[in-house]
Amino acid sequence: MTIDREARKRLFETVARRVIASADELTDLDRAIGDGDHGANMKRGFEAVLAAVDELSAKNLGESLKGVGTTLVMRVGGASGPLYGTLFMSLGKSLADEPTREQAAEAFAAAIEAVKARGKSDVGQKTMLDVLTPVARVLREGGDDLTARLKATARAAAEKTIPMRAIRGRASFLGDRSIGHMDPGARSSALIVDAVAEFMEGLA
Amino acid sequence: MSENVGIVIVSHSADVARGTALMVEQMVGREVPLGWCGGDPGGGLGTSVEAIMKAIDQAWSEKGVAILVDLGGAETNSEMAIEMLPEDRRSRVVVCNAPVVEGAVMAATEAASGATLEAVRRTAEELTPV
Repeated sequence: MTIDREARKRLFETVARRVIASADELTDLDRAIGDGDHGANMKRGFEAVLAAVDELSAKNLGESLKGVGTTLVMRVGGASGPLYGTLFMSLGKSLADEPTREQAAEAFAAAIEAVKARGKSDVGQKTMLDVLTPVARVLREGGDDLTARLKATARAAAEKTIPMRAIRGRASFLGDRSIGHMDPGARSSALIVDAVAEFMEGLA
Repeated sequence: MSENVGIVIVSHSADVARGTALMVEQMVGREVPLGWCGGDPGGGLGTSVEAIMKAIDQAWSEKGVAILVDLGGAETNSEMAIEMLPEDRRSRVVVCNAPVVEGAVMAATEAASGATLEAVRRTAEELTPV
């Protein structure tokens, strides 16, 4: 797939608008088990992406993604800034301008490893990794109805964090009381995956 | 240029960071280069990579800088800030695994004696002088 300047702009706008529109929902989730700032933080970061979207999307895909990552690192404020920033910056490091699905899957897997290192976390700890990892698996497998399956996987994976016990992040202070709530980072990851899948549908 | 290791205090709250910095200054005066920051880029509770990078610059010493943080996001953002420093500085900045107030005071006291970065970190983490 070719991702030209217009497509890059559309990609970043689709993701940013989805996150911004869901800020209240993310804040409500974070209020239950965290410090209640996830929505506001993500909104601030992606508003900064929107404000600079022309400049960010002017460069090739790799440099554009790195630019988005740096913007998130500088503007989000919570731990999610470095975590999402690392995800985008790592994707930028390894994605070619016209990535095949296999190349995209490889870049995504590498980016997940970078997020694990940044957050000193792994799958099963009630975090964004619990959404990103199964999504990466579906992307690697490919096949029919890929975007629909990416969306469904992301949504279901976020739901699966509800019975989990948090081990990393502020929610870990709650111990067993973190059980029964969806992880806000898993939810924001699912929203971003959903927006990217929607963008991919527009390309096809 | 100070001969001593610098100390940086990173809290989610500007008030906590400033209060801790005042306690450190009371202990060691101006012998230890000190930087502090608190609050997210929008002015609320949180931390900012940009502000942390500025605080590191303010506390810069050729002997290195020890950072004390409060909660998770402060640690993650501090590690990110270190990675974004010029390459020759990165290896001379460490995040201490210690409570922010007690750790900052202990680290600064150790730094004021001319100790190395590693000794300053160890003192903060053990909360007893090396």
